[in-house]
Amino acid sequence: MTVRVQLADFDAGAEIARLRSGDRGVGAVASFVGTVRAENDAAQVDAMVLEHYPGMTEAVLDDLVASAKTRFDIRDALVIHRVGALAPGDQIVLVAVTSAHRDSAFDACRYLMDFLKTQAPFWKKERTPAGEHWVEARASDEAAAGRW
Amino acid sequence: MRPISRAAAIFGDPMNDPADSALATIPRVTTVRVVYLARLREALGCTSEGLAVATEAAPSVADVVAMLRGRGGAWSHELAAGRAVRVAVNQRLARAETPIGDGDEVAFFPPVTGG
Repeated sequence: MTVRVQLADFDAGAEIARLRSGDRGVGAVASFVGTVRAENDAAQVDAMVLEHYPGMTEAVLDDLVASAKTRFDIRDALVIHRVGALAPGDQIVLVAVTSAHRDSAFDACRYLMDFLKTQAPFWKKERTPAGEHWVEARASDEAAAGRW
Repeated sequence: MRPISRAAAIFGDPMNDPADSALATIPRVTTVRVVYLARLREALGCTSEGLAVATEAAPSVADVVAMLRGRGGAWSHELAAGRAVRVAVNQRLARAETPIGDGDEVAFFPPVTGG
């Protein structure tokens, strides 16, 4: 179970290889990578800054991973979330889950992302040609977390 | 703000004449660190501050909010009832009725937008 909040980019392939290495019981790996889009709400996004609440962020993610482990039959899980300055195309977040069979890995991966989106204290500020603004939370994200 | 100790009140603090008030109504002062994040930090022009909250009953997040709203301007606007503001006490999501104690960290922030 690993949670990391970092400025640096990540190598999803290397992270997944590390996550499943040494565990011969793994038969499935599900992963999700979130990236910066060049357009949001019909506006061109030139750059983004991701802010977080150090300490609480890691605590929330640790709790989420622990609850995923309780709720789903998974072997291991990894969450990496970047903060700081990002550009369109950059990777933002990686969630990866290992399990014996695919259903648990898919479910746990989606569960972690759905709750990360609504619980973990990260905030995006976009720079567009019209200026800078904080991204507003989406009701659809609350609905996604509500289905669990 | 000077803390009003129970002893001071019992021995005749002019602000709290023991003849007029029961012990339970003697104001207490709780000192917390308040943290503002993301859009709220910018709207309020404040990253963090120490706050001494005087209450008669056991203090909660609601007392901090009431004190901050009392500043008026952006404070009353941003922290108005119905605004989408989240709060955490000691880095755990909290609510208006969540109790606070000396040395606690109380954070206010907008709904989260990571991922």
